Amino acid sequence: MNCSEAMIEYMHDYLDEEISAENEEKLREHLLTCQECQRHFHELKKSIAFVQSTSHIQAPANFTVNVMSRLPKEKKQVGVKRWFRQHPMLTAASLFLVLMVGSFISGWNQDHEFTVSKYPNLVIENTTVIIPKDETIKGDLLVKNGNLRIEGKVKGNVTVINGEEYLASAGQVTGEIEEVNQLFDWIWYHMKKTAKDTVKLFSEE
Amino acid sequence: MDAIVKKRILQVLKGDQDAYGEIVEIYKDKVYQLCYRMLGNRHEAEDIAQDAFIRAYININSFNIELKFSTWLYRIATNLCIDRIRKKKPDYYLDAEVAGTDGLTMYSQISSKSDMPEKELESLELEETIQKEILKLPDKYRSVIVLKYIEELSLIEIGEILNLPIGTVKTRIHRGREALRKQLRYV
Repeated sequence: MNCSEAMIEYMHDYLDEEISAENEEKLREHLLTCQECQRHFHELKKSIAFVQSTSHIQAPANFTVNVMSRLPKEKKQVGVKRWFRQHPMLTAASLFLVLMVGSFISGWNQDHEFTVSKYPNLVIENTTVIIPKDETIKGDLLVKNGNLRIEGKVKGNVTVINGEEYLASAGQVTGEIEEVNQLFDWIWYHMKKTAKDTVKLFSEE
Repeated sequence: MDAIVKKRILQVLKGDQDAYGEIVEIYKDKVYQLCYRMLGNRHEAEDIAQDAFIRAYININSFNIELKFSTWLYRIATNLCIDRIRKKKPDYYLDAEVAGTDGLTMYSQISSKSDMPEKELESLELEETIQKEILKLPDKYRSVIVLKYIEELSLIEIGEILNLPIGTVKTRIHRGREALRKQLRYV
């Protein structure tokens, strides 16, 4: 194997696909005449083919699981974020609930003003509304943040929110009497009202 | 594919561990194969391949997102393999050769459960021979040969993985090829 080092260098350049056209021609010509180099070149190509022929092996079955179990623990925050991402319906529902309850509560807390449905024959003393004897209220009556004393007649429903209601023996209410004091009553009242309004809406149509 | 990997890396950087699982899935076979061809032992290969992924995860902050992730990962894996080769502990594995026997491994001590078809046996034998010859290469030639002919990477990429100038990579490949030629000429 005493052929010039240059020829072997060309072989490697050829195998690296970095040979110039000129050198490739030289190599080809030389290989035609030199058996020694021909064999050398063939052996090189054969060994490459052998190495390339080795089958592609795959990682063991639970490789990824094993790697993941050995990783350092991740930050909690991300876990929570991912939970939200994976449960969009639950997230939306709970968000909705939080907002609803929040608005009810703030509605409850902010409404501390004394209000009453306007009727000409009502008597108001501080925060107490009095329906005098012999007077008749035609329609529903709503009192917020105040008390109500009924000595006369109401032809309709009576609702007292955050206050008390006294029905004198002579007093008369044709509709329902409702007293709302607690937070949950307030929410319940709202829901009932919404439901009633909805039903009314449909029945009116 | 590179775009997916990039996206997953950004998620990992934010602390999302599940995204890393997908990266492991994408590269596990290539990294495992690289380790196996470098070390010649499935057990060790799995150990080192896992270590490589864990190191990559821990040091993901130092990875430049504009570069190719596989290059970086292969570099970690190759370095771990070379470290392991250099300070090889006398571990005992089933597929290690038993001293004083010619090619007998501990597997031969375990009775075979299945009859292997002739053909498969033959191809396995050839594979074993080739693998053995690859393992005989000094590690600096072994790494370039494995990266070039088994992982099928370009010379430029091999240079980046091994942190070597391209000229050195070429020289090593040439010498590796010559060594393999001598070893495999009569196969």
